Amino acid sequence: MAVPLPAYLALGAVLFAIGVVGVATRRNVLIIFMSVELMMNAVNLTFVAFASFFQALDGQIFVFFILVVAAAEVAVGLAIIYAIFRHRETVDVTDMNLMKG
Amino acid sequence: MEVVLFAVLAFVAILAALLVVAHRHPVYSALSLVVTMLCIAFLFLLLRSEFLWVIQITVYAGAVMVLFLFVIMLLDLRREERPWHLPEGRLQVGLGVLLALALLAELAVVAVAVRAPASAGAFPPAVVAARGNAQLLGRLLYTEYVLPFELTSVILLVAIVGAIVMAKKRFE
Amino acid sequence: MLAFLVTALVKIVVVFGCLMLAVAYMTWVERKVVGDIQVRLGPNRVGPFGLLQPIADGIKLLCKEDLVPRGADRVIFLLAPALSLTPALISFAVIPFGDTTTLFGLLSTPLDMRITDINVGVLYIFAVSSLGVYGIVLAGWSSNSKYALLGGLRSSAQMISYELSMGLSIIGVVMWAGSLSLVDIVRAQGRVWFIVPQILGFCIFFCCALAETNRAPFDLPEAETELVAGFHVEYSSMKFAMFFMAEYANMITASALATTLFLGGWRGPWLPPVVWFLLKVFAFLYVFIWLRATLPRFRYDQLMAFGWKRLLPLALLNLALTGALMVWWS
Repeated sequence: MAVPLPAYLALGAVLFAIGVVGVATRRNVLIIFMSVELMMNAVNLTFVAFASFFQALDGQIFVFFILVVAAAEVAVGLAIIYAIFRHRETVDVTDMNLMKG
Repeated sequence: MEVVLFAVLAFVAILAALLVVAHRHPVYSALSLVVTMLCIAFLFLLLRSEFLWVIQITVYAGAVMVLFLFVIMLLDLRREERPWHLPEGRLQVGLGVLLALALLAELAVVAVAVRAPASAGAFPPAVVAARGNAQLLGRLLYTEYVLPFELTSVILLVAIVGAIVMAKKRFE
Repeated sequence: MLAFLVTALVKIVVVFGCLMLAVAYMTWVERKVVGDIQVRLGPNRVGPFGLLQPIADGIKLLCKEDLVPRGADRVIFLLAPALSLTPALISFAVIPFGDTTTLFGLLSTPLDMRITDINVGVLYIFAVSSLGVYGIVLAGWSSNSKYALLGGLRSSAQMISYELSMGLSIIGVVMWAGSLSLVDIVRAQGRVWFIVPQILGFCIFFCCALAETNRAPFDLPEAETELVAGFHVEYSSMKFAMFFMAEYANMITASALATTLFLGGWRGPWLPPVVWFLLKVFAFLYVFIWLRATLPRFRYDQLMAFGWKRLLPLALLNLALTGALMVWWS
């Protein structure tokens, strides 16, 4: 008996929801960033599930691009976080509420 | 057999994802995220995309998360006493719960109503197994999707330059 | 289905056993060869020619006191050696030791002399070796010691930097063979071994393998005289032994990969294929040990500059040259 498509979609939705809770609730900016990565992984899973069940490879190509863009985003994002930490000595988002540097 | 594997991987992935969000120590959160990514990689394998399986492990679990761990260790982050920033006020909480339920209802409708199409797509499993997943993806990448491919290489170049500039910058 | 599981299990047990034995006796081989190069004898007291030395070392390490430093993160401190050893061992799942054989007609169905064959075998080995970075970076951090943290971060930065050039240097071989599967790559070396058209790729791969396995001359992060031995300074007893087993297992994996990709794997005239494979792997291991005994180590900034500014452009050049050669030749 094979695993039906709704099972994969449900798993993706649950992981996405957990990621959203992480972004909305945690104070540490690195954990928020990790929750965003979790959301992207959930979306990747959904893409590949659809690609497999619709027997097309476009979903996998999109995952490839999402992977590349996510890697680039993590590099730049962590550099920004490190620069902010050097300046403000904190990674708590509730303390980063002024646009003034 | 496939159902058992899916059930185990799904269970571990959800558990690890909950640990990412709930654990007080950032290093443990990062390691839980690595476990989640490994589970998702094996789910890719279960969905017969071997190339994405190895690429997910190499890029996400093997490089991106190591970068996260580096930054966490360099910033010397410890166990947090006040990790959460929960909303106060009944209006906020109520509205949040309502919207969450609406989203859940929409997702449930889609998940139940979706059906795999009756006719086979362009790449049924037999064709993919004969030619090779990586070979077919490579062919698609360089023919149909060559423009997004070139754009992602530009994005990577921008990211490299940006990261170096940010790391070198000194606030005078 | 049952027959498949039983054969797979037997193969895994045999390969694992041989690998652990090889790792243990690599220590003996290294000490003997280094001693020979330094005009001294090496271990020769414990057993004939010192052959029981690894067993004595193992017993000593097992009996030592197992320390966990105060302030160390216990769970990760315990997990790090295992995280270091596991990727080194599971890389062997895709390496072909020999051709499909019937053991001189003893078996009814032919036996594949490999544990399995994945159609993305080369990428599998890279995925697994990129997971090997975790053991080191977590060991350095969880020891609650500044020397360990610095050593761990340096070592993992080195490994990540050289992974890139290693991957690029192999693409030339993949282009020539037309497949990512290691079995296909060995099959494609029937007429000429890939070291001949890919000599530049081979040199880059070998340098990167030295850096990936933290071997001399790239062993600054773990040398005893630098940073008080780096990331494993707070480890004792069996956990320390596991780090060294992981290093030797990584060496054997790198040698096996170099053999499979560049030296024709199990190919060779009248000797059995497995014997050819073992001889070639041993040749590479000898070169690893020879380099350790002969060369001084790089300084860290020289090491990183070499990886990023010399090897990476050379690997890209190799890729371009291979592509041009293939187009011109066909």
